[in-house]
Amino acid sequence: MCGIVGLFLKDKSLEPKLGAMLSEMLVSLSDRGPDSAGIAIYGAPSGNEAKITIQSAKPARDFRDLDTELAKAIGAPVSIAVKSTHAVVRTTPAKIDEAREAIQALRPDIRIMGAGDVVEIYKEVGLPEAVVDRFDVRKMAGTHGIGHTRMATESAVTTMGAHPFSTGADQCLVHNGSLSNHNNVRRELIREGMKFETENDTEVAAAYLSSQMAHGKNLGEALEGTLSDLDGFFTFVVGTKNGFGVVRDPIACKPAVMAETDQYVAFGSEYRALTKLPGIDNARVWEPEPATVYFWEH
Amino acid sequence: MTATKLSKAATHDHASRIFDLDVSSLRELNQALHNLTPGSNETAWEVLHPKGSHSVAVGVDQPVTIDVRGSVGYYCGGMNSGSTITVHGSAGPGVGENMMSGSIIVKGDASQYAGATGRGGLLVIEGNASSRCGISMKGIDIVVHGNIGHMSAFMAQSGNLVVLGDAGDALGDSIYEARLFVRGKVDSLGADCIAKEMRPEHLQLLQGLLDRAGVTGVKPTEFKRYGSARTLYNFNIDNADAY
Repeated sequence: MCGIVGLFLKDKSLEPKLGAMLSEMLVSLSDRGPDSAGIAIYGAPSGNEAKITIQSAKPARDFRDLDTELAKAIGAPVSIAVKSTHAVVRTTPAKIDEAREAIQALRPDIRIMGAGDVVEIYKEVGLPEAVVDRFDVRKMAGTHGIGHTRMATESAVTTMGAHPFSTGADQCLVHNGSLSNHNNVRRELIREGMKFETENDTEVAAAYLSSQMAHGKNLGEALEGTLSDLDGFFTFVVGTKNGFGVVRDPIACKPAVMAETDQYVAFGSEYRALTKLPGIDNARVWEPEPATVYFWEH
Repeated sequence: MTATKLSKAATHDHASRIFDLDVSSLRELNQALHNLTPGSNETAWEVLHPKGSHSVAVGVDQPVTIDVRGSVGYYCGGMNSGSTITVHGSAGPGVGENMMSGSIIVKGDASQYAGATGRGGLLVIEGNASSRCGISMKGIDIVVHGNIGHMSAFMAQSGNLVVLGDAGDALGDSIYEARLFVRGKVDSLGADCIAKEMRPEHLQLLQGLLDRAGVTGVKPTEFKRYGSARTLYNFNIDNADAY
């Protein structure tokens, strides 16, 4: 099963509530997947800071003094905001790749959840309610976000096996389904230089999209490519720095419902996820067509 | 005194029994419906705030009416036997799955596999139905006012599927003896499904279905009939290499 949600705000006045709205949507789908849950929130760009979301199984040990050690290593100011097992590292955008490498050198057990100018990614094993509480997601503001609650099929129930998967700056993806040609595609992408953290099929889809966009395609064109290059069952919801996209495989077994009003575009695996959104009774509600790319950009 | 009591009781019996799913649980609703016995006076039911709940009014086996005020999730009215269920909203996957008799009317759209494996009764979708509508239908009648998605009536065995709009790809793939009537265009026909002649008995049958579904202003002659070419019924030795 798995449950996925996405919310792309058009009305700026809702931005302070993004975390609360997305959390509510995800929690409503808890019974579609009890193994792990995760959320990616796209906040407002600050202009002079980039962010890396990191995770550690031993946060007290790994996050202590990391800011000063990292600042020294990269020669730029660094701040760290710790949230449970995750932390958001902020530094100057020009130093982001250097910071990423330095973190892994300084703290080999830390895992990178994602990086970019605006995205923050939080994911853990457990039910959506526990995960959004643990990371205080309800208080987060943002322009758009995606979330996932997992019933594991293709790889182990671990933090790293949870969605969203992020393989490029400010890019991430959630998936309901399972891919059958992920090993082949992973091998091709590794040859291109993409790096993988897991054996998970969804990470391959995320890396595929990152690779396509790195080759100059926009989100819509990259999603179009999944229809011919990825084999298996999928409904994908994807976030980029300023965009939000949805695509389903041609068979479209995996459920999907969307709603659009003047205030937002919302996605849910089921209508249940959308029932508490403002104005839902008058929203345009539809099922995305199979093999059809939908995307919105700010 | 007695007269007053009687009149109160009579008023109560004729009012709908209302279940608000914001207040009561889905299990309480379905248990109350399953507790109905033949001849019960509680013949009208109303369900408020379904909010996409799964399995609303499944397994009802008494001839009651159930009005669901809002959209439902998976399997609404599944296994229905004799009740009349109206969804005043849209329905999630598998509405009316394995229905035996009675009717289900969906005022909005229906998701995947509406009426799947249905054995009898009438399912009316006033909006569109998505993929696999009527998959493996075994005697149910389905009338869709709008369009239906791909792979509809896959392996349909008997019953009638009436579509006032268009049908998606692979309509009636591997169909047995169900009859498919489509008024609009068909994106493609599935294996062994072919267009068939509309004979007087089919026009009469279709008129009856349209009447039962409350469709007006549409003539049976506007439809095309599709059904099985019956070439997959027996193993063809020439195809042995394909296996």
